[in-house]
Amino acid sequence: MRRVLVVGASAAGLATAETLRREGYEGEITLVGAEPRLPYDRPPLSKQILAGEWDSDRLALRSDDRLASLNLDWRLGTAATGLDLSAHEVGLEDGSSLGYDALVIATGVRPRRLPGEGAHVLRTLDDALALRSCIEPGTRLVVVGAGFLGAEAAAVARGLGAEVTVLEPAPVPLAHAVGPEVGAVLAQAHVENGVDLRTGVSVASAERGGVRLASGEFIAADEVLVAIGSSPNTEWLEGSGLTIDNGVVCDEYCVAAPGVYAAGDVARWHNPLFDASMRIEHRTNAAEQGMAVARNLLNPDAPKPFAPVPYFWSDQYDMKIQAYGYLRGHQEIAIVEGDLAARGFLALYRNGDRVAGVLGVGVSPKAVRPWRQAIATRTAWSDIEFNIGN
Amino acid sequence: MRVELDEPKCVASGQCVMAAPDVFDQREEDGVAFLLTEQVEPGQEEGVREAEQICPAAAIRLLEA
Repeated sequence: MRRVLVVGASAAGLATAETLRREGYEGEITLVGAEPRLPYDRPPLSKQILAGEWDSDRLALRSDDRLASLNLDWRLGTAATGLDLSAHEVGLEDGSSLGYDALVIATGVRPRRLPGEGAHVLRTLDDALALRSCIEPGTRLVVVGAGFLGAEAAAVARGLGAEVTVLEPAPVPLAHAVGPEVGAVLAQAHVENGVDLRTGVSVASAERGGVRLASGEFIAADEVLVAIGSSPNTEWLEGSGLTIDNGVVCDEYCVAAPGVYAAGDVARWHNPLFDASMRIEHRTNAAEQGMAVARNLLNPDAPKPFAPVPYFWSDQYDMKIQAYGYLRGHQEIAIVEGDLAARGFLALYRNGDRVAGVLGVGVSPKAVRPWRQAIATRTAWSDIEFNIGN
Repeated sequence: MRVELDEPKCVASGQCVMAAPDVFDQREEDGVAFLLTEQVEPGQEEGVREAEQICPAAAIRLLEA
């Protein structure tokens, strides 16, 4: 093994490269990035950067000294355009091609858009700075989509004095992610903070001056943010022979093909801890999966399954939301601490007879962590002694 | 080796505590991490490197001696 090629120079790609070095790999590592920037952190984009609290130089994932010590060959500002598996070659936008002995695909996702021109999306630093520069007290902002990104942006925009309308097609925001009970509680926080939240509303198009609903109604706005989810960046892999199905399909070792791995938002892999095919768009997973890929890449004869307990957090108004596990598809929740309506609670999620997830709002993060262990050890739901109301 | 924590960046995920429980802990009230020691002993280095990498806020910095 002399040449490792990592396509994608954000959190997952960097974690891969860093772990390869930590594990003693001394050969070439080339990092290809579509954005012309060194790796930076994205979660603050919809928080401190949008709020204007931080300068963008605080987003650097590693210091320049640290990056230099990794001895990486950077190819930034050029996207990959094709993969030839048999020739072990990746083609780049600038017309060049790179050979490899092992390939790591970490090309992430990009925002889904709506028909129309002039609406904002929020994925890159440039996106965040562009939106930030348009928001002043009194700005009428329409946010399409009440997922975590839309909800965080709406909360920040309210803090900046904007008049915020949030449009969401589902009857309860985030119901698919955290369940209707918790989704309703989080939605109530937006209403209490002055957001005009409209659910059950489908948006047909978005442009600078407003949005057109599927019903034909037009809602005027000064600025529009479209936050309706993301699509994996896999177009460059079409026809390569890799299996693409809403992400690069991998086995439990994050292997997409012999010598080819995927990590981060773009990777769909089989998580044996939940016996489920997953693609996780959370910050922590990018680092964990990049690290796991690096280790398996260096030990192909003794690979370890990547079986994490997913984790995410979200900051909205004064709420810190933290969750461990796999909440999707749950059948039941139980409040084991606090009170939903008071927005200070700890909710457990049942899937089958397992504790599949936990979500805390307004409780000590230290109180959430023990439940992570229960999830990691496949604790049976029927073994939990619920003391609700005690 | 020394370790530094950029406290305002911390998002209270507790990942560092799981990776290196004898170097990091979390405040009870808000979960923000704090250092139990700035000086990292040789036996703790692997866990602290893991913590630096896994921190979802890039709030941990290692300073090689």
